[in-house]
Amino acid sequence: MKQKLVMIGNGMAGVAFVEQLLKLNPNKYDITIIGAEPHPNYNRIMLSSVLAGDAELKDIVLNDWDWYHDNQIMLHTGHTVTGIDTVYKKVDTDQGLQIEYDELVLATGSLPFMLPLPGADKEGVIAFRDIRDCNTMIETSKKYKKAVVIGGGLLGLEAARGLLNLNMEVSVVHIFQHLMERQLDPTGSKMLQEQLEGQGMKFLLEKQSDSILGKKRVAGLKFKDGTEVEADLVVMAVGIKPNVQLARVSGIEVNRGIVVNDFMQTSVPGIYSLGECAEHRGIVYGLVAPLYEQGAILAKKLAGSETAGYAGSVLSTKLKVSGVQVFSAGRFTDEPGTKALRVQDDLSGIYKKVVFQEGKVVGAVLFGDTSDSSKLFSLIRSGESFSGREREVLFGAEGSGGSGGSSTTDLVEAMNGNEIVCGCNGVTKDTIVEAITEKGCVSLGEIKACTKASGSCGGCKPLVEEVLALTLGADNVQKVQEGICGCTLLSRDEVVEAITSMKLTTSKEVMHVLEWKNPEGCSKCRPALNYYLGMLFPEDHEDELESRFVNERNHANIQKDGTFSVVPRIYGGVTTPEELQRIADVAKKYDVPLVKITGGQRIDLLGVKKDDLPNVWKDLDMPSGYAYGKALRTVKTCVGNTFCRFGTQDAIGMGIAMEKKFERLNTPAKVKLAVSGCPRNCAEATIKDLGVVAIDGGWEIYVGGNGGTRVRAADLLTKVKTEDEVLEWTGAYLQYYRETANFNERTAEWLQRIGLPRIKDALSLQSEREALVGRIEKTLDLMKDPWQQILENEDLRKAFDSLTAASPDASAGGADNRAQGALVEKPPTD
Amino acid sequence: MANILIGHLKDFTNQRARVVHSGGIEWAVFLLSDGSFRAIENSCPHKAGKLSEGIVCDHHVYCPLHDWKIDLNDGQVQAPDHGCVNALEVFHDEATGKVYLRNDGQLKRTS
Ligand code: SRM
Ligand SMILES: Cc1cc2nc3c(=O)[nH]c(=O)nc-3n(C[C@H](O)[C@H](O)[C@H](O)COP(=O)(O)OP(=O)(O)OC[C@H]3O[C@@H](n4cnc5c(N)ncnc54)[C@H](O)[C@@H]3O)c2cc1C
Ligand code: SF4
Ligand code: FES
Repeated sequence: MKQKLVMIGNGMAGVAFVEQLLKLNPNKYDITIIGAEPHPNYNRIMLSSVLAGDAELKDIVLNDWDWYHDNQIMLHTGHTVTGIDTVYKKVDTDQGLQIEYDELVLATGSLPFMLPLPGADKEGVIAFRDIRDCNTMIETSKKYKKAVVIGGGLLGLEAARGLLNLNMEVSVVHIFQHLMERQLDPTGSKMLQEQLEGQGMKFLLEKQSDSILGKKRVAGLKFKDGTEVEADLVVMAVGIKPNVQLARVSGIEVNRGIVVNDFMQTSVPGIYSLGECAEHRGIVYGLVAPLYEQGAILAKKLAGSETAGYAGSVLSTKLKVSGVQVFSAGRFTDEPGTKALRVQDDLSGIYKKVVFQEGKVVGAVLFGDTSDSSKLFSLIRSGESFSGREREVLFGAEGSGGSGGSSTTDLVEAMNGNEIVCGCNGVTKDTIVEAITEKGCVSLGEIKACTKASGSCGGCKPLVEEVLALTLGADNVQKVQEGICGCTLLSRDEVVEAITSMKLTTSKEVMHVLEWKNPEGCSKCRPALNYYLGMLFPEDHEDELESRFVNERNHANIQKDGTFSVVPRIYGGVTTPEELQRIADVAKKYDVPLVKITGGQRIDLLGVKKDDLPNVWKDLDMPSGYAYGKALRTVKTCVGNTFCRFGTQDAIGMGIAMEKKFERLNTPAKVKLAVSGCPRNCAEATIKDLGVVAIDGGWEIYVGGNGGTRVRAADLLTKVKTEDEVLEWTGAYLQYYRETANFNERTAEWLQRIGLPRIKDALSLQSEREALVGRIEKTLDLMKDPWQQILENEDLRKAFDSLTAASPDASAGGADNRAQGALVEKPPTD
Repeated sequence: MANILIGHLKDFTNQRARVVHSGGIEWAVFLLSDGSFRAIENSCPHKAGKLSEGIVCDHHVYCPLHDWKIDLNDGQVQAPDHGCVNALEVFHDEATGKVYLRNDGQLKRTS
């Protein structure tokens, strides 16, 4: 009979161990897993991505229900083990189940540490540990606005970033002066803080929490210094404590964690432990990489294979916050006997610090540019000496000009087969090599699908790529990148670079030269290519109507019934009785079914037949409002000092000037502007792609706002004094967006992707702004009103009419004048 | 056999469609980049989107409303979506440049 292996805890460490065990000896045990959470094993570290909206629950499941079934594992979810009988070898669950074991594994993970503050039991005070916490935050964000995260470490910042994405106002409370003080030195920490402030996070540093305010639900947080902050949600992310209660009451030796030896054995024979609940040589780990190493050892032990035992792990961490690159590993603080190599570039926001002891790399901190992270981490682990040539680690060998002492290639070559390449998923070099040689993987994507390597935080990507290149030979590697669409593997930047360097002028040429899979592209890439070409060569590129989306080709918005809508320009929302009269006449003459005032301060004529469009435009005699285009839409204005008692500037005049200047501009995605006459902000300028708010004696310019699918408040770009400066900054900002954004990427997404500091940097010099404005003006000068153009050009105009079918014609083909009835008959659809 | 004259080569633009009503049906007639013509019923099997307004790539059109991809050769909707539209043969007379719908009582689509 098979032995009975029971595991308590259905989390990352435990299930990874079971996977290893099944590989080594699939038939030795009848396996039962008991887990308190109602889910199959999921990737806890990806909860931050779920919260940030970058992944869904289904994307982070590591082992789905079928996996347990296929491997004949008995799984009890929703059961909490309440007692272990170590004499009769059985466990009890809270649902009344009793299960016998021969070998027992405790993988109970840890519990979030909740500060014992008065009021901590109020509604709205939670931790960030599991799917339920994630759901609570998502639900809360729909009803409430203000979030406070206690804890400025990895977990707290990831929670804060997620809550920002959920459109909450987020303050992070930290007891120390520096964020992530356990992973970063003060310099790195300051840079991190600035970057996160740029993303809209607020910080309350050196604050000690005192109590939680509110009635039933939390209303605020009070500090020891007497100050308070309002809060509808408090997330405690101050640390974790090993989940050891069950072990303790069962008589298993517990210190901080469940004490285990190098073979993961506890003090009670037949009982093992691993993961965050286990303490090995005095250390309790709180990251996944060591847990996988422990799992591999325990699997060997229980499968009956030879193992030298576990000797502890070196840690590295990466902050998973979009737009911020942080890496740290090993001992990175300056101590007696250590020397550090530092590179600090405030202009590009880059900071690198490598700590040496006796010539060996013992720790590192990287900020802004983490491309050296895998290399440094391997160096820490390999202990290679750089005595006397420490500089090579960051700057490369004298004369080699390259960026790294020993290259990633050398490192990967020197790695042992059982060394872990992907820390997050515990994938060894051997496993990757096997995926390549035995399962035929030829690309990063395939290796990811096959082994999960590089699938979580992505930090090991360079290493995995190197293993691939070494195993297959660099020429046989298929770079499966995320292309701009299914027709190509090239990214936006590569395509734009190729167009520029090879002076490609038509999409046909681009698709041909860059070897598109579908010779004529698809509905995703064709409009994108047309945009990039027009942006790069405004004078030479002939707009390709056949690559334009229906609305942009017809200069009207298609409706569900195939009719169109017509929105003429009403600059700044200001109209005249004559204009209104004309609109009314047109609506009557063409039987327009619906006339509506839009949310953009203008008038929409909906339900116009395609054939009527040119005549409607002609009779309106107004320019196109581009309500259909990836273009400047509206410039919304408020009354401003023209009439309003609070107005400080001429908001209407400013708005009209902006709309007149930038109308017809093609942009990666639609662009909306607004101008408010005072900080009361009636024109909602702070949720626009660019919004201007008048203040006494000047203007504030806000960027990257959005009022659509994902509401985002704009960030302050700058304050200026004159209207001309507003136009200059707006022009420079819009052109920088045109030149660097992905097609179809609104400014809010773009800004979050590349970061506000980079935008500020690009626009900081007047000379740079003038150059950008020069380029945007060149484009603007070439644009003409499309409605007028169509009216004037017979070829363009006729595309709006339908053809007339003549009666059957004898001149070509048969002369049989049969009734056309057969045509009408539709075969049954399937 | 009945061939219905619908227009002239010069009425068409590369990779674009024109609409023609015939036999009580609205057809979208496409000129492909290889110079050949295709005709399918101008109504997407999904929610009746006007296929004449779609982006044309080789012998496929993408519906302008929700981006379904339809093969102009046989009217079949491409995976992952399902369905089909009527297709008709259309050709042009090299000598005169006239474009005809062929109606021999048979729709091209078979399934
Ligand atoms: C007409 C109008 C509604 C109205 O009657 O008020 C409208 C109508 C449409 N909006 Fe809108 N939006 C209108 C103001 C807005 C606003 C408010 C504003 O601009 O002040 C927003 C939120 C602000 C923003 O964009 O940041 C808005 C956010 C959207 C979105 C979401 C965009 C996003 O980035 O999340 C879409 C979908 C899209 O673009 O993919 C959308 C898409 C659409 C489309 C074009 C859907 C479509 O593709 O057919 C609708 C076209 C109807 C038509 O045929 O005219 N509409 N839409 C408004 C036209 C304003 C104008 O004068 O041009
Ligand atoms: C938001 C977030 C982000 C993170 N990011 C990273 C990162 O970027 N990198 C990194 O290395 N680490 C990260 N971590 C830490 C990492 O997730 C943990 O180290 C890892 O999940 C621990 O695995 P484990 O199996 O020991 O514990 P868990 O995954 O917590 O599994 C333990 C399971 O046991 C169950 N259990 C406990 N007691 C019982 C019982 N008595 N009966 C039945 N079931 C029980 C629990 O419900 C739980 O499901 C992150 C953690 C969080 C919360
Ligand atoms: S934003 Fe200020 S100036 Fe403009 S209308 Fe509102 S209150 Fe008046
Ligand atoms: S109507 Fe054609 S895809 Fe929806």
